[in-house]
This record gives sequence, C-alpha cells and structure tokens, in this order.
Amino acid sequence: MKRRLLLLLPLVAFLVLAVFLYRGLSINPSERESALMAREFPAFSLSTLQDPQRKVDASLLEGQVTLVNVWGSWCPTCRQEMPQLLDLAERGVRLVGVDYKEQGADDVAQRARGTAFLQQFGNPFEVNIFDPDGSLGFDLGVYGAPETFLVDAEGVIRYHHTGYITAEDVDQIILPEVEKWQ
Amino acid sequence: MVIETIPEIGHFALIIALLMAVLQAVLPLAGAATRRPLWMAYARPMAAGQMAFVLVAYGCLTASFLLDDFSVITVADNSNSMLPWYYKFSAVWGNHEGSVLLWSLILGGWTFAVGCFSRALPPDMVARVLGIMGLVSTGFLAFVLFTSNPFARMLPNVPPDGADLNPLLQDVGLIIHPPMLYMGYVGFSVVFAFAIAALLGGRLDAAWTRWARPWTNIAWAFLTVGIALGSWWAYYELGWGGWWFWDPVENASLLPWLAGTALIHSLAVTEKRGTFKSWTVLLAIVTFSLSLMGTFLVRSGVLTSVHAFANDPSRGLFILVLLGITVGLSLLLFALRAPRVSQPGAFTWLSRDALLLVNNILLVVMTVTVLLGTVYPLLLDALNLGKISVGPPYFNALFVPLTVILCVFMGLGPSARWKHMKGSELARRLGLSGVAALLIGAVIPLLYHGEWSPKVSIGLVCALWLVLSLIRDLWQKTSRSSTSSNTRSLDTGRLNAIKRLTPAYWGMVLGHLGLAVTIVGVTMVSNYAVERNVRMGVGDSLELAGMTFTMTALDERRGPNYLSDAATIEVRRGDNTSRFVMTPEKRLYIARGMPMTQVALKPGLFHDLYIAMGEELDGDTWAMRFQIKPFVRWLWLGALMMAIGGLVAVADRRYRRRLAVKEPPLPSPSVESSAREVRA
Repeated sequence: MKRRLLLLLPLVAFLVLAVFLYRGLSINPSERESALMAREFPAFSLSTLQDPQRKVDASLLEGQVTLVNVWGSWCPTCRQEMPQLLDLAERGVRLVGVDYKEQGADDVAQRARGTAFLQQFGNPFEVNIFDPDGSLGFDLGVYGAPETFLVDAEGVIRYHHTGYITAEDVDQIILPEVEKWQ
Repeated sequence: MVIETIPEIGHFALIIALLMAVLQAVLPLAGAATRRPLWMAYARPMAAGQMAFVLVAYGCLTASFLLDDFSVITVADNSNSMLPWYYKFSAVWGNHEGSVLLWSLILGGWTFAVGCFSRALPPDMVARVLGIMGLVSTGFLAFVLFTSNPFARMLPNVPPDGADLNPLLQDVGLIIHPPMLYMGYVGFSVVFAFAIAALLGGRLDAAWTRWARPWTNIAWAFLTVGIALGSWWAYYELGWGGWWFWDPVENASLLPWLAGTALIHSLAVTEKRGTFKSWTVLLAIVTFSLSLMGTFLVRSGVLTSVHAFANDPSRGLFILVLLGITVGLSLLLFALRAPRVSQPGAFTWLSRDALLLVNNILLVVMTVTVLLGTVYPLLLDALNLGKISVGPPYFNALFVPLTVILCVFMGLGPSARWKHMKGSELARRLGLSGVAALLIGAVIPLLYHGEWSPKVSIGLVCALWLVLSLIRDLWQKTSRSSTSSNTRSLDTGRLNAIKRLTPAYWGMVLGHLGLAVTIVGVTMVSNYAVERNVRMGVGDSLELAGMTFTMTALDERRGPNYLSDAATIEVRRGDNTSRFVMTPEKRLYIARGMPMTQVALKPGLFHDLYIAMGEELDGDTWAMRFQIKPFVRWLWLGALMMAIGGLVAVADRRYRRRLAVKEPPLPSPSVESSAREVRA
C-alpha cells in the first residue's frame, strides 16, 4: 500500500505543475500592478554603459516624461523589442535604458556585450544606466527583462509594462500613457 | 479557380483525418480490451489513412504558400510574392498553424511506420500502441482544426501581397531545424505508446522495452540533431556568436532530450536485466510528457507571455487540457498498474546496474533543474514572490557541475560488469585512464594558452576521461582473455573480436565519444573565445590573434527581397601564408522593414572567424565585431556523433530477430491468447 502511494507521487507532482501552468495562462503580466506605482523612482547611483566615469542618479529622470526600459544583451526578447523602442524614440519619447545583469568575466567584457547589443539592434536610449549586479533592477522589482517603466517629469513611476512591448502596445498603451502624464 | 479551392480541399482532408484518428484510437483500444480481432484490425488501415489525409492537407497548405494564395490568412501573414520558393516551402512551418500541422503530419508518419514494422508483434500490442498514438493524433488534429486552423481565409478582401516571412527564419538552418526537432519530440510518442500499452495489457516484462528501444533511439537521434541545428542557427544567424541562451524555447527542447537520454539507458537495463521496470515506464511517460509540455510552453505563450509575443489564450487552454488529459491519465494508470512486486535480480552498489541508476538519477536531476529554471518565473508570479530573474548564471551554476559528475560515472559504466564487480578490479581496469586524463587535462591549457585555467582543465579532464576509459574498455573487450577459446595469434584474435562487437556497443561508443567532443567544444569556446568591437571604414585594419583584417570595400547590394550594405574584409595571416576575403552584410528586408545582420563566417575545425556588421556610425564607417571562436564546430560535431551513435545502435541484429520474445506464462487470459497468436 505504501508503495502504491509512492507511485502516485509523479501524478501529484504533475498536478501541482498543471495548476501553476493554468494560473500562468490566466495571468496577464502586462496588467500586473507594480508595487512601485505612484511612488518615486528608487534612488540609485550607477555609471553609464558608455562611460564608466560618468555617474548618474534619479535626478536624470526629472524634468521630462521618460520611459525606462530594462534590457540585457542576454535577453532574446529584448532583441525583438528593439524596433518598437526605436519607433518610440523616433516619435519623440525620451528613453533611458537600464542594462540589467550583463554577463561577462569582468566590467570591460560586460560593457562590451551591452555596447555590441546596441550596435547590432540600434540604440533608442538617450542614456544607458549600467546595472551589472541588478541592484537597481532589484529595487524596481524587476523579475525578468524586458520591463518598462513610465516616469513622469517629477520622477514618479506612472506605468509599469512587464514583458515585450508589441507594435500594438506602442499605439494603444505606451503613447497614450506618455501623453497622459506629459 | 483551382488555386482558390486548394485550401478548402486541405481543410476537408484535415476533417477526414481527424475522424480517422478517432476510429484509429477507439476501435483498436476497445477491441484489445474486449478481445475482438476485427476491431483491433482497424488500427493499421486507419493509421495509414489518417496519415494520408494529413499529408493531403499539408500538401494543400504548401501549395497555397507556393502559389501565393494570400486569401489564406497564414500565407498572407508569413509569405510574400518576392520570397524565394524554398523559403515559401519552409514558411509553411515557420508559423504557429503550419507548425502544429507539421507536428500532426510527423505523428502520422511515425504511427504509419510503427504499423509497418510491427508485423512480428502480438496483435493486441499493435492495436493498443496504434490506438494510443491515435488518441494523441486526435488531440492534436482537434487542436489544429478548432484553435489553429491553417486554412482560415481572409475573404472577400484578399490582400495584394503578404507580410513576408520573418527574416530571422529565412535561412537554410531553419528549413531543417523544426522538422528534425519535431521528429524527435513526436518520435517519443512511440515509446510512450508502448509503455502505456504494456500498462494496459498488464504485461510489464522486458518484451515491450525491446520493441520500443529502436524507436526511442531514432527519436532521440533526431532530437539531438534538431537541438544542434537550433544552436548552430542561433550561432550564425543572430549575429552574436552565442550558441546557447537557456531561452525557454531552447530549454523546452533540452528537457525531453535529457529525459530521453535517461530513458535510453533505463530501457537497456530493463531489456537486459529485467530490473528498473516501473522506472522505465515512468521515464517513457515523462519523456513524452516533456515533449508535449515543450509544445505547450512554446505554443501557449504561458512563459513567453512575459518574454515574447502575445498569443491566443484559447490555444494555451486547449493544449493545457490536452496535456492534462494525456499526462494525468498516463500517470494515474502508472500509479494503478506499475509492477507491484519488488525487483528480481539484485545488484550491489558497484555494478553496471548501479552506475546506470546513478546516471539516471543525475539526468533526472538535470531535467528537474532545467524544468524549474524554465517555469520559475511562472511559479513566482503565481505565488506573488517575483523578484528574481532566472538567467544563464542559474543554469550554468547547476548544469555544469552536474555534467562533470555525470562524466565521472559515464567513464566507469561501460567497463563495469552487471550485478557486481570488485572495486579493485574496476580500479585496475580504469586507473591508468583516470590518471592519464587528469595529467593530460591539466597540461593542455598550459600548452594551448600558456596559462593554467582550472575551468578548462576540468572540462578537458572530463572529455579525456570519457575517451580514455572507452579506449581501455575497447582494449579489454577485444583482448584474448575475453575471447578465451581463440588460439590464433594476438592480432587476428583482436581483429576478430572487433568484428564481433555489436552495433549496439559501437552505438554506445559513438554516443559517449560524441559527448566528449561536445564537452571539448563547450570548454574551449567558453574560455578562449576572443572578441573585439571596432569602428572601421574602407582602408582601416585590425590585428587580432596573429591575423590582419582590412576593410577593402563597402558597397550596396540588392537581394531578391532585401537591400544590403556589404563590407569586404581581407584577412591575412601574420606570416602571409594565406589570404582570403570575408563579406559580412547588413540587410534590410523590404516587406517588414526589418534590419538583419548577415554574419561572415570562416569555419574551421580548430577555430571559426566570425565577423558581424553593427550599425553605421557615420557616412562611411561602421561598427564591426570580430570574433575568434576556438573549437566551436566541435559542439555540433559531437552532437552529430551522438545522433549517429543512436542510429548505429538501432542496426543491432537482436532488434530484427523475429519472435525473440521469451514470454513468461502469466495467468492473464489475454496474454495467453496473444501469445498463441504470436506462435501461430
């Protein structure tokens, strides 16, 4: 009898997994409220991707509505998102990138990967905050790339987009949100 | 006029195929349960008919692509009149609808093949196996028809031209990658069907494992090639020089591969020793379930909803229900029917049985590791704990050490004896190989790079250990003592002994050597790759690893459906011994306005030169990326060897021996009747 129960284990494990898969189906990550909504963008002091000497902090985001996009060269979906971000930049939206958890043996290699990514897929960002340890990402509650935050002119987070921004999202969500907080 | 009716014929054929799949499932299974030969006899013709009609449907869809029938939504979204014909052909499976149809076609093909090559099997076994495959077909054909109909039309407003195939998919590697992968995924349905048939029939002896082994090997070989092709494609097409990203889609293919590898070994134990019976059945179920789950994860958008394109939720739900029914019922059946009796044929902790058990446990742990990493974002999301991202560091930190441990046991396995072996004897056989592997592995980094590197050494020691222990085993197996009756000279004795080694043994040798070759590739390319990003215009040059790269020209070209900027790079070796030209390109695909990097590759057995164009910096200079990838070919070469090994083992004579099955007389009446039929 004990052995029979043991044989049920795989079934139980599968059922648990199936429940999570089902939950996964019903969760629409783009609609998830960020805990940081209507709060100030978390404080940080990090260098930029292009210039290790240049430190930037949260004041970077003040004065103008800005889209902060968290990306990484290791993230295949970020590649697919680049055309939409380039499109947004072309339409006059200010974009700031966060190069998140870049892989590599040392600082130089990590920066090289990030830079190469932008060379390859285009650079829609005014500035790229270099966050190899994921500290800013952690404060933002990022759990994967890409994620995008809309920050208003006062530096307050107004909208959080989890995952890939599609071409439809650009017109239907992102641009209206940008206009709303302008 | 004819062109417009083709999609309707395809649609109709698909409906007929679904009905035949239902018959193929229901009648033979009911017939086997109630022992009605006539009902069971429906299995083969229905399987053949089902495949034929799916083939017609598939042919119709292909025709619509080739003939540019943009009234079909799938064609309009994924093709273009300017697309070369071979990409129109492969665009059929370059989209959701077509690829699920291909899945069904391949399943039909495997079912048909099982029907053809199962003449020697008991009829009730054949009926059950084909019936179960029919159930899977029913599920998938229903999925195609109800949620992903490839023949849906856009009428009456037919678009003048199509949106074109995603340029990333316009590539030779992508023409063959998905079919290979699907051959593997779907091929595991055969061993799954055999396992379930054995559970249903209550006949869990070693017989089903012998029948299922060749099918499993073939499926595994295809999956291996499919994964390798995917990695190769990512390497040269994405313009990064990366070859594995631990992307959910990649993991989805790795999961059944890992479980399938464990299954191949477990099947061997069950067939030869009659042990691990329940375990083998469970692995057969799990391997196919992971294939299905891979399909679910990729097709439903569950994981990719965070990380890729949005998808139709009804599809995800449909596959989840399909997955739940298939896997849930199989595991329930397993829990109810798995052999009750404890295993006969005990073994000690130092024996081939035990080593294969360790191998199985390690492979399962690796499978679970990858599975957890893949669904982790989902689990955290569901539990509202999300603050961790799972990326390559997680996978590398767990996967690499597990592989190292696996290699240690892999070296021991082939030389160990079944049941029991003295530790001192094993040490005597393999001691030298172990010491040699350690020494050579430690020295090579010094010779190759002039600097010792523990990571490289560990990788190389693993590979060398696999190779040297196999050589030692080959030596042992062909030595005179093992063919004791042989009194001829040593050399002829050895030659004869080599001839006597079975294809199954050679398959194992090739498979294990293949892994060693892949490990060398992974180790070298991960540690010794060189990369340089520079700004370059005509006349500029770069010195890298004893070579001079000079840009001699920069011009604009026009392809069938793209425009490109092409750079001509002249490469000279330092000693002026050789000189050649490489031409990386930056293409703009017109229909989608999508830029693509066309990498210039100079492949070599010991290193690849890899040049990619970045973006235009100003009028006549470009950001260029130069990479040297040592031993990168070995990655795929090793995978190819593994696949060939899997196929070679299928050639073993014992799979072709008819009626080689020893049927232990069991009390169940159905078994007796079928055994009689076999003998008749």
